[in-house]
Amino acid sequence: MKIKQVSVFLENKKGRLLEVCSLLGKSNINIRALSIAETEGFGVLRIIVDKPEAAVNVLRSSQLVSNLTEVIAVEVEDKPGGLARILDILEHNDINIEYMYGFIEKFSENALMVFRFDDLEKAAGILKANSIKILTQAELGTACN
Amino acid sequence: MIFNEKFETMPLADLKNIQGERLRDLANYVYNNCPAYKTKFDQSDVRLADIKCIEDIKKLPFTTKEDLRNSYPFGLFSMPTNQVQEIHASSGTTGNLTVVGYSKEDIKLWSEVMARSLCCAGAKPGDMIQIAYGYGLFTGGLGAHYGALELGLTIIPTSSGQTKRQLKLMQDFKPRILACTPSYAMYMAEEAREIGLDTRQSTWQIGVFGAEPWGEQMRNQIEKTWNILATDIYGLSEIIGPGVSQECVHKDGLHMFSDVFFPEIIDPLTGNEVAPGQCGELVITTLTKRAIPLIRYRTRDIVSINYDPCRCGRTSPRISKIKGRTDDMIVVRGINVFPTQIETVLLGIEGIEPHYQLIVDRHAGQMDDLEVLVEVEERIFSDEIKQLKVMEEKIRKEIESILGVSAKIRLVEPKTIARSEGKAKRVIDKRNL
Repeated sequence: MKIKQVSVFLENKKGRLLEVCSLLGKSNINIRALSIAETEGFGVLRIIVDKPEAAVNVLRSSQLVSNLTEVIAVEVEDKPGGLARILDILEHNDINIEYMYGFIEKFSENALMVFRFDDLEKAAGILKANSIKILTQAELGTACN
Repeated sequence: MIFNEKFETMPLADLKNIQGERLRDLANYVYNNCPAYKTKFDQSDVRLADIKCIEDIKKLPFTTKEDLRNSYPFGLFSMPTNQVQEIHASSGTTGNLTVVGYSKEDIKLWSEVMARSLCCAGAKPGDMIQIAYGYGLFTGGLGAHYGALELGLTIIPTSSGQTKRQLKLMQDFKPRILACTPSYAMYMAEEAREIGLDTRQSTWQIGVFGAEPWGEQMRNQIEKTWNILATDIYGLSEIIGPGVSQECVHKDGLHMFSDVFFPEIIDPLTGNEVAPGQCGELVITTLTKRAIPLIRYRTRDIVSINYDPCRCGRTSPRISKIKGRTDDMIVVRGINVFPTQIETVLLGIEGIEPHYQLIVDRHAGQMDDLEVLVEVEERIFSDEIKQLKVMEEKIRKEIESILGVSAKIRLVEPKTIARSEGKAKRVIDKRNL
């Protein structure tokens, strides 16, 4: 139910993002979803990769600060109102979303989004109770912990 | 005009006898009135009978900032606090301030040396002075005030800040003398330009600038901008505040009033006096203070000293402008900042001591900018921007609260801050002082 996101601390300087992507590429690690949140001085790069533990090791060996965060991959109907419907359910149940972003590919006819929740267990429960599909690590085809 | 002809023009050979007498009295006075000094003297096997002339000062132990810190608040006083007339304080390396006190006689002494200083800079009785040094626990404002009273100046006690008002008062009241930090003088110039004031038409003719290090380049800038004679004043609260030494109109060294503040220049590593003319750490003994006299106080300021009489007629030895520090201390917006204070803050916040660095800069006409770089480590990293921002803010607030100066915090990647074999380069000072 939970999947692992790799978060990386990057300064807002030229070449940082390139360095991360190069390292991952050289280590044969594939990026499935990506988001960058930036501030004036720094940014946090969030990526879903096929080998999250390996990714963190590679990054750490190159003196980059990273960690693993548990997030949920949620299927969203690929039509107008699809996302709104899910957000409505979450709001009704007082579930707080920290951030979210989309996957690059689709696994079915539905879109796929990454959600980071304040209370992951509660959120997963509510989504399941409302028949919203959550992908597992296995279903995503990513490496298991 | 020389304020105290007798002492300021006395041949140094004659002055030696007076200094010797004062030293004898001082050694006995602190021994009998300050338990901390009694202990210090006993530990150094000092025999009071051996202190006969000024050269015997070498037999006395040094006093350090640490001694002051460890005796917070009144442990180094030679007088019970109920006889102390006034207390001042300045920032110390740890959370504690450095506390000093003044007896009635000490305030008279302070007034005397500050009057000498103002006079040395060219002020005359009846001149109007704008004192834009801060009034309060800081010794700058009140020190200048006492000196101005003693010399018979007309005082405008604006203290620091409210720059538009400072400029308006200058235009309306037309003071001849300005006393403030050199960086504030530049900051006022910037404000003046913004309101369309021609700084070259200022009524200020003489500036008494100090409380922070500043070089010839800054002096030229201030003089050109304000059409003013910019003189340097040196002091430190531990000794008395401003008034320890002052440049005369020839601007060729700062006259130190060695009849009351006896200087020695030492090698900071060995403690021995350096050869004449060489640079070393300035050590000062307060020969006549009563509330908190200090014996051989290590200032950590590096200077050289010149004993030749000056063109102005004064024989008081002249120290150079401060060339550096023996420790890491920097002065930011007039406040003493020790990099180690940052360490304490960071350790206190997250239980870790990440690599950090201070970057001080000053853009044209602005006040000092302090930026603290903190390397992010796994332990303080979060996937959420808001957590990182909360951390940044926590560090910023703690630093401001403990240091008394605001800083911008910049989180950086690991290994961004250069490592070194020996002492880490904690401070990058980009200012062109």
